[in-house]
Amino acid sequence: MTAAAAVELHDVTLAYGSFVAVKNVALSIAKGEFVTLLGPSGCGKTTILRSIAGLVQPTGGEIVVAGRRIDNVPIHKRNIGLVFQNYALFPHKSVFDNIAFGLKYRSVEKSMIAKKVTRALEMVRLPGVEKKLPSEMSGGQQQRIALARAIVIEPDVLLLDEPLSALDANLREEMRTELKIIQREVGITTIFVTHDQEEALAMSDRIVVMNKGEIEQSGTPEDVYRRPESRFVASFLGQSNLLPGRIASVQGGKAAIRIDNGPELLALAPAAAREGARVTAVVRAQKVAVGSTGGSAGTMTGKIVSASYLGGTAAYFIDAGGVRLQAIATIEDRVWREGETVDIAINPTDCLLLDEGGKRMR
Amino acid sequence: MSGAAAENRGLGWRAVQVVTVLVYIFMFAPIMVVVVLSFNDSQFGGFPMTGFSFRWYYKLLENESVLRAFQTSIWVAIVTSVICSVLGVLGALALVRYEFPGKEWVNTILIAPALVPETVLGVGLLLLMRWAHQPRTLWVLVLGHIMLALPYVVLVVQARLIGIKRVYEEAAMSLGANRFHTFREITLPLLMPAIVASLLLVFTISFDNITASMFWRPSGVETMPTQILSMLKVSISPEINALGTLMIIVTVGLPLIGGGLARYLARSVR
Repeated sequence: MTAAAAVELHDVTLAYGSFVAVKNVALSIAKGEFVTLLGPSGCGKTTILRSIAGLVQPTGGEIVVAGRRIDNVPIHKRNIGLVFQNYALFPHKSVFDNIAFGLKYRSVEKSMIAKKVTRALEMVRLPGVEKKLPSEMSGGQQQRIALARAIVIEPDVLLLDEPLSALDANLREEMRTELKIIQREVGITTIFVTHDQEEALAMSDRIVVMNKGEIEQSGTPEDVYRRPESRFVASFLGQSNLLPGRIASVQGGKAAIRIDNGPELLALAPAAAREGARVTAVVRAQKVAVGSTGGSAGTMTGKIVSASYLGGTAAYFIDAGGVRLQAIATIEDRVWREGETVDIAINPTDCLLLDEGGKRMR
Repeated sequence: MSGAAAENRGLGWRAVQVVTVLVYIFMFAPIMVVVVLSFNDSQFGGFPMTGFSFRWYYKLLENESVLRAFQTSIWVAIVTSVICSVLGVLGALALVRYEFPGKEWVNTILIAPALVPETVLGVGLLLLMRWAHQPRTLWVLVLGHIMLALPYVVLVVQARLIGIKRVYEEAAMSLGANRFHTFREITLPLLMPAIVASLLLVFTISFDNITASMFWRPSGVETMPTQILSMLKVSISPEINALGTLMIIVTVGLPLIGGGLARYLARSVR
């Protein structure tokens, strides 16, 4: 990366007694980058965010922001913008006083404060609400004010703790786009914490998938979605079939996988693929083609166990020779019904292999 | 619904109304009697009414010992409520916002005086003062009242503090405010309704306390309630009715004003 790192975590560990919330996390975030920490609740993503903010103290490691080591700097001297899930706007202060709050502690002149507050409100597209109280505004508006309050102090890094989860579905999608646009306009380095994979995929320059206090994978949204590095990432993002089996043969760059108690699948053979090795084949539900191709090469047959109509697509559970497959297929002419026999095709390029340790085979 | 059922319900409803009115009469008749009789022209502190007059109020204003007792009570109540509120807020902050060993114990001990009989507290503090060779000054009385009222302040402020989410304080600190600024700008204003409420509560507790005050007051010093009691020992003078009415006004009026003020503050805060 060309730009200098804006945020660096070196082996950050945080333990509560014997419970280790964050384990040796190392992360480097470039200036202006939008990085999402994604994972299930309890995976340590929020703890990392709170460590950077200074709300919790790591028990080991270093945190460097804008070239300055900050893990032993008190929170009010860190220059960090923080947006909370429930906005945390000061209920007894007007919108103006809320946004001006951080500026007061940065010896900004009065006239300059007014100017900056006005500009921040324009930035979040809510001009002219200075005199209102937070309680007089909707959830979406409050979140914009919270964002304005965090960016008006020109922080070194903006930390967003599930900022959209308190909004209802429509607004959430709107704010997702809005937030991304604002972030890009300001060019601020942003760390976003969420358990919502759609949010993460839609907004991030980079996604850091976490599980049990450790980083499972870090990469662009496409990377983590299409090339999961581990069993956890494969099962956490999107709907995948994880099929345990054994490599039956390796031939011409393709590996034939004998699925336990099931049919044989073809996958692109990684260099490490050896005949007889135990593997897990990973196939996205969207990559399982369902139809009546007439038994051409590379296809197998299965029986529809259940079908649900989703509008443009349909979701099926299919019994393929003893193995339960999940498929999400676009509807060609009709939705297949329970009990019907269909042809199933899986392109070898869409079949990833995980080794016995649950890591992607290379 | 059939007509008969509606009538039945009407009857039940009427019974509820009657009982409610009776309960109110039972509760407020003594108070009304005191207030009404305070305007009685008669020499005696009871019925019948012989005429309307403010003479007992005038007499009260000329009664040196009553005025002195009133001053003493007001002074003790104000000092007690200020000290109690400061201590109570600090205590509640420690109990709600910080973790320290023995926290549960400290909490229990702070609340305990509200559960111990006042007579026991009264004797206890006296014995302690004797043991420490301290004279029985007005400060012993103030100290005792603080002990009596502090639990209520801690409880009231604690309840409010739990309702003030910590994220407000975290947000303030992330924006550059240190702990003191955060307390002054965020926590204290949000706590204001509870502080006003506890100031008034303590004032009332102190102002009309009699049991413990009788143990603690220095000899020769009377508080309002002890003054009334000693006047009653002589005779039921109509003056007492006037005094009672004034006490009702102070102890009922102040919390009402305070409640209104607290609600007003809470509204502007929400």
